[in-house]
Amino acid sequence: MLRTLKYQREADPEWARQVSERPGCEGLFSCLQCGACSGSCPLSIYMDLTPRRVIALVREGFRRDALSSMTIWLCASCYSCAANCPRQIHVTDLMYSLKREAIRSRLYPPRLPAPILAQEFYAMVRKHGRNSEFWLVLRMALRSNPLLLLTMLRNGWDLVRTGRLSLRRERIHGTSELVALSGAGPRPGRAEA
Amino acid sequence: MKPYGYFPGCSLRGTGAGYEYSLLALFRVLDLPVEEIQDWNCCGATSYMSIDEESAFVLSARNLALAQKAGCKDLLAPCSACYLVLRKTQDYVARYPKIGSHVQESLRAAGLPPLNGVRVRHPLEVLYSDVGLERIRSRVVRPWRGGRVACYYGCQLVRPYDEVDRAHNPTRMDELLAAIGAPTVDYPLKTLCCGGALTGTMHPIGVRMNYILLKEAVRKGAQAVVTVCPLCQYNLDAHQAEIRRKTGTTIDMPVFFFTQLLGWALGADPESLGLKRAISGRKSIAQWFAKESAEADAYV
Repeated sequence: MLRTLKYQREADPEWARQVSERPGCEGLFSCLQCGACSGSCPLSIYMDLTPRRVIALVREGFRRDALSSMTIWLCASCYSCAANCPRQIHVTDLMYSLKREAIRSRLYPPRLPAPILAQEFYAMVRKHGRNSEFWLVLRMALRSNPLLLLTMLRNGWDLVRTGRLSLRRERIHGTSELVALSGAGPRPGRAEA
Repeated sequence: MKPYGYFPGCSLRGTGAGYEYSLLALFRVLDLPVEEIQDWNCCGATSYMSIDEESAFVLSARNLALAQKAGCKDLLAPCSACYLVLRKTQDYVARYPKIGSHVQESLRAAGLPPLNGVRVRHPLEVLYSDVGLERIRSRVVRPWRGGRVACYYGCQLVRPYDEVDRAHNPTRMDELLAAIGAPTVDYPLKTLCCGGALTGTMHPIGVRMNYILLKEAVRKGAQAVVTVCPLCQYNLDAHQAEIRRKTGTTIDMPVFFFTQLLGWALGADPESLGLKRAISGRKSIAQWFAKESAEADAYV
């Protein structure tokens, strides 16, 4: 639960400084708190914290509040905030950075579909080089809430009927090249996150 | 003429199949050679970027390097998410030395050429700049007999890089469709987010975003929406039955790819445009296009 009262001793200014050094997050401390990001965000009305408030929490160093907010999972990366910021802060990149840290630190509800989708997508692409839409959605549903599959039946049938659902497992030939691309290939001996 | 390198991305091989068909058919009609990048991989889009940014850039860079290896100067990325990630990779490689050296070293380790500026292009901008409105207008062989359309640009194509069109008020699709005689309506929500992957992860909210866009299109007098992105098209096309059920409205309108309308007007084989892949508004599509088919055959 988010409290309105905050204690200085709970803040971690060092973390805030680290965030501001990540690519795309440099503008963190130049934020005016004007709210252009929240005002232009089409999803802010569904968020527990608006983007402006997330920025305020991050730069004061309230790590846990910022990382466990639903805001980062509601962000659809439409870049409206970034395009409208008078200080040219890359708010979307900041949201990405928070998503990555929240996933690494497991600070999200365990069955929340958005971070599960990201993890499954990542594992699939790391292994095969490409994403196969059908298998991705199936894996996301199985890990988050299998009942979701029932609600997807109608959509699935529409896609089958119009020839838009492919059951093929896409993969590239050059998976060995992916390994050589040190960062992007499967890491041997390590379970895929 | 050097062929445009072509990066389909995952959607155009599945839910966005109609986009690939119509795009290739349109470029054939315009005599623009297109060559698919051999063994392309995932662009590293949104979901991948949410886990590991560095390897997302490396992954994306492999596609750019493969395009260079094939001798392409321009790389066509029809999906807005692919377009953005490829473009962002170039931008970040240039702006951040640490990311730049990591990407270039990874490419070298894999025996790929270092990045040296292949141009990432979206078909909308290629048609507008390389072909031009004049040439499109002069090549029209089938008059538009369909309804009024709302041009919907979505988000990632025009933001944060406003190279394809202006970020706040893009108009190039409107101009292209005007050139083939399709009437467009004023559509102020043209760059509002469609909800993206939220229709999968937080379904009720995603569908609400779709509803807002469709409702506004109807209110402005449009009988169809035209898109430039496979995810926008899927979201607006696939959830109309659910929207009718939940809201009691009667919305049932076609959601096209802009390449389908242009391909039709410029005389591509109607069968090659993927029009039958539509989920919603099939009645309108059958009326607008089928009544032409006897006449259309005479042109092809």
